[in-house]
Amino acid sequence: MSFRKIGFGLAAATMLAGLALPALAQDSVYVPLFTYRTGPFAGSGTPIADGMHDYLRMLNERDGGIGGVKLVLEECETGYDTKKGVECYESVKGKNPVIVNPWSTGITLPLIPRASVDKIPILSMAYGLSASARGDIFPWVFNPPATYWDGLSMIVKYIGEKEGGLEKLKGKKIGFLHLDAAFGKEPIPLLQELAKDIGFEVALYPVAAQDMQNQSSQWLSARRDRPDYMIMWGWGSMNGAAVKEAVRSGYPIDKFYSVWWPGEDDARSGGAGAKGFKMLNWHGVGANFPALQDIQKHVVDKGLSKAPKDKVGELLYNRGVYNSLLIAEGIAQAQKVTGKKVVTGEDVRRGMENIKLDPARLKELGLEGFTDQLVLSCADHNGHRAAFMQEWDGTKWVKISNPIEPMTDRVKGQLEAAAKDYAEKNAGWPKRSEACDKAS
Amino acid sequence: MDILYKIFIEPFVFMGEAPDLLIQTLWEGLVSGVLYALIALGFVLIFKASGVFNFAQGIMVVFAALTLVGLYEKGVPAFLALILAVLVMLVLAIVVERVVLRPLVNQPDIILFMATFGLTYFLIGFGELIFGGNPKEMITDALFLPQGTTELDMLGGMVRFQHLDIAAAIIASIMIGLLAVFFSKTRIGRALRAVADSHKAALSVGISLNQIWVIVWFAAGIVALVAGIMWGARSGVSFSLQIIALKALPVLILGGFTSIPGAIIGGLIIGVGEKIGEFYWGPLVGGGVETWLAYVIALLFLLYRPQGLFGEKIIERI
Repeated sequence: MSFRKIGFGLAAATMLAGLALPALAQDSVYVPLFTYRTGPFAGSGTPIADGMHDYLRMLNERDGGIGGVKLVLEECETGYDTKKGVECYESVKGKNPVIVNPWSTGITLPLIPRASVDKIPILSMAYGLSASARGDIFPWVFNPPATYWDGLSMIVKYIGEKEGGLEKLKGKKIGFLHLDAAFGKEPIPLLQELAKDIGFEVALYPVAAQDMQNQSSQWLSARRDRPDYMIMWGWGSMNGAAVKEAVRSGYPIDKFYSVWWPGEDDARSGGAGAKGFKMLNWHGVGANFPALQDIQKHVVDKGLSKAPKDKVGELLYNRGVYNSLLIAEGIAQAQKVTGKKVVTGEDVRRGMENIKLDPARLKELGLEGFTDQLVLSCADHNGHRAAFMQEWDGTKWVKISNPIEPMTDRVKGQLEAAAKDYAEKNAGWPKRSEACDKAS
Repeated sequence: MDILYKIFIEPFVFMGEAPDLLIQTLWEGLVSGVLYALIALGFVLIFKASGVFNFAQGIMVVFAALTLVGLYEKGVPAFLALILAVLVMLVLAIVVERVVLRPLVNQPDIILFMATFGLTYFLIGFGELIFGGNPKEMITDALFLPQGTTELDMLGGMVRFQHLDIAAAIIASIMIGLLAVFFSKTRIGRALRAVADSHKAALSVGISLNQIWVIVWFAAGIVALVAGIMWGARSGVSFSLQIIALKALPVLILGGFTSIPGAIIGGLIIGVGEKIGEFYWGPLVGGGVETWLAYVIALLFLLYRPQGLFGEKIIERI
């Protein structure tokens, strides 16, 4: 082949690409989904990935996307591995993603400094760095609807109320069973602070990733220490194994609480003995919401979902739906505040700061009663919303409490100190230069 | 002085004060140890016959257990699923011998070792493709494995024995006994030992290396299936089980890579050692010592017996 022919070929290809790219840019926005359907954490990752994908796919199928703009969805498998997660980020950032959701605290942490440089907002929904709730210091990171510190304070508040008041926790012992990773350690500083303030004792039970399914030592230690309550910060197969071990070791299961990550399969694995296991949650379970029924109709029934039909509406599936609700709302708000149809990462960052999911908006989205309202702003990237306690009755989760507000008075100071500390320790941390919209 | 007291005195005082907890810890350690030994046994079998450290043994445990549970979920009766899972492990052994081992005959051991890495990642991907990544529950009831707990009041306290753990210990012991008889009393077992001693000598007396490798990988597959059933019944079947198999490494260092009794004794020492260490000394450093203590124990043994407790002492003329 002559150089001339090659030259013509290249020119033709360039012209075609030039024609194709604006067409793509006019009609779509790129939304990568970091997921993990493989590896030790797939048990938690798969239903969440399904829920995330299916909600956004439903918007494409039912409405033609958001505001007339199609969503280009692409999953990147991280295996819940920080290294792979960062590789995923590097591979998608050139495609102009409007938002990235790492789905791992470990992956979120190295992405935080990159977000402002690459102008890509990070959504770490109810995980990640608690201090990133501060919009003035972390303008590119969003972690609604509650931080891990909020979650911990809610559990402590709930068990305090059970005892007859927080002060009654004085002299009690609280065990903290956690994955020995960035995620599991995140709430420990607050737990220790609360222990000092209120006067309870803390016993830490770290579970290494390689021992997630080999927890007999931790539960033996719990038998030795006799904690009055056990709080779990677990993920993946750790949750199911912990419920099993709690039952095996004879720990009173009604004193066993978890942050919002176990699913139905985790509770089921404990058999009948798991009845009474409790966890926090902030959204509906089941497929009895118009938006979920639309997912069933437009995605699942058409064979466009990877989720088995009976898993649609389960707890972690709906958690994925909630995550995508935030993404979609961020894009919709970005379109509204900028007046553009095809928005960029910078626009979606503004959109996220304008999220106002009140009951009327939730009803409009087909999610009436699905969750409590959420308002984000320029200063508050979290919302610090209440969660409720739910209990496993042997076959399903049953809501057993009213919304539990986080102990804002105790968390706020810690959060601000941690945010400032982060900015100081990371030399050259940029001062927020992004303007706040009037509405936010 | 306080730290010395906490290290050298307090744990032993506590052992005396709460002997029931000591018994409980020992029991939990023994059960874990037996299961570690079972996994280590799979490594030993293959290492003895081929000199290959089979990195894929951990994923074989998961693959075997998932095959069993997966078939059951498809409606195959439990015991038929068990037989089919055994057959799948036989097919795997034949495929490994044909596709991985045979083309690599006479290659350095490190090449074969790396090939087992490849096999590991293939089995992970293949397993996830067929069975999905979600954890599954072992079919404990359908296999008539006992459930429940016996609580014995003893030594001023109470010790809990899970029936499943007792069954695991018994089944693992029977399995180990059968393997010992197989290796010492049968023709194939003797052939296998001959191969372990010298490939060339074995070949010269008409022993087929290929056949021996299939047999030994199949035996390792059955051991993996039993280990998968037992671990799976304790804590569910998921891909994170394969990481537990890494615990077999200190067991092998301790017991020797070529010794079946070594795998058993090593497994028990590691199992009991890590539970005792975590329970009595773990709190001094905030817990989590179990993860690395097994390796420390193994390394301490190595200082005195580099070939492991029962490993073959290699003497070479210079």
